[in-house]
Amino acid sequence: MNIDATDRKILKATAPGLPLTPHPFAEVGRWLELPEDEVIARIEAMQRAGIIRRVALAPNHFALGLGANGMSVWDVDDARAAELGEAVGALPFVSHCYLRPRSLPDWPYNLFAMIHGTSREAVETQRETISAMLGAACRAHDILYSTRILKKTGMRLANGG
Amino acid sequence: MRTQRLDEPLDATDRFLVNRLQDGLPIVHAPFADVAREAGLSEAELARRVASLRERGAITRFGPFIDAAALGGAFCLCAMAVPHERFETVVTLVNAHDEVAHNYERQHRLNMWFVLACERPEDIRRTAARIEAETGLKVHLFPKLKEFFVGFRVTL
Repeated sequence: MNIDATDRKILKATAPGLPLTPHPFAEVGRWLELPEDEVIARIEAMQRAGIIRRVALAPNHFALGLGANGMSVWDVDDARAAELGEAVGALPFVSHCYLRPRSLPDWPYNLFAMIHGTSREAVETQRETISAMLGAACRAHDILYSTRILKKTGMRLANGG
Repeated sequence: MRTQRLDEPLDATDRFLVNRLQDGLPIVHAPFADVAREAGLSEAELARRVASLRERGAITRFGPFIDAAALGGAFCLCAMAVPHERFETVVTLVNAHDEVAHNYERQHRLNMWFVLACERPEDIRRTAARIEAETGLKVHLFPKLKEFFVGFRVTL
């Protein structure tokens, strides 16, 4: 799907958050001088096309007590990586799961899974769950805890179509 | 963004809303109607509660989750092994690039992990090469080859 300038305007206006009123799409329509029906139809079309994954709430992990966050990384047999990545992503404590290229010799890992818990002990238990699931298909693994956020800017959308 | 735990715990209704509203809402005239009924709130009360969760920092946002790659942009996870004594200097050099969307310090020999977000795919390599030239350090590129569906939800 190619989005047009109006779709882009809707994304830009709503990316920081929807107005919190009983009829948020009507309010977005007032901001952008569009009928509510059109805002709804365009957001629905972008959701069907996968540009919008869902309209939902984003919890703040830290504030809600999930203070331990680790990037677990795994060197998984390439022949089984897609199948095993699917299974790891389905675990309830995995928030992101990707296959990425290795960067040898410095970096032998190809499967990345972000895991979250109330403590490092909880995260380590989850890591053991993944390790057991991967079994012999995994040759080596590690976990990288973040110690500092050095920069965090929201997604920027370029102007124009 | 708040990085500390809330001082006041959430009440049962707020916990229900955090759990329930992580699932996608219908894109309709009254998207909160069903959840409000389940919570025993009016839609206006529900909207006020969500606004208050945001003010207190319990949630970061309520709105569309946008797949930036679907908009035509290019993204790449990158990592560098930065010598400890040069770390702060390198942070400044790397963060000065607008293409660096976020950057984390992590415990590993590769201790700086950042995401490049560019409008055109060729700009990823160009920006990484510029950072290498400025810092004299190798930038490892980890573009995603495949993303797996996750069912992650915070459950309170």
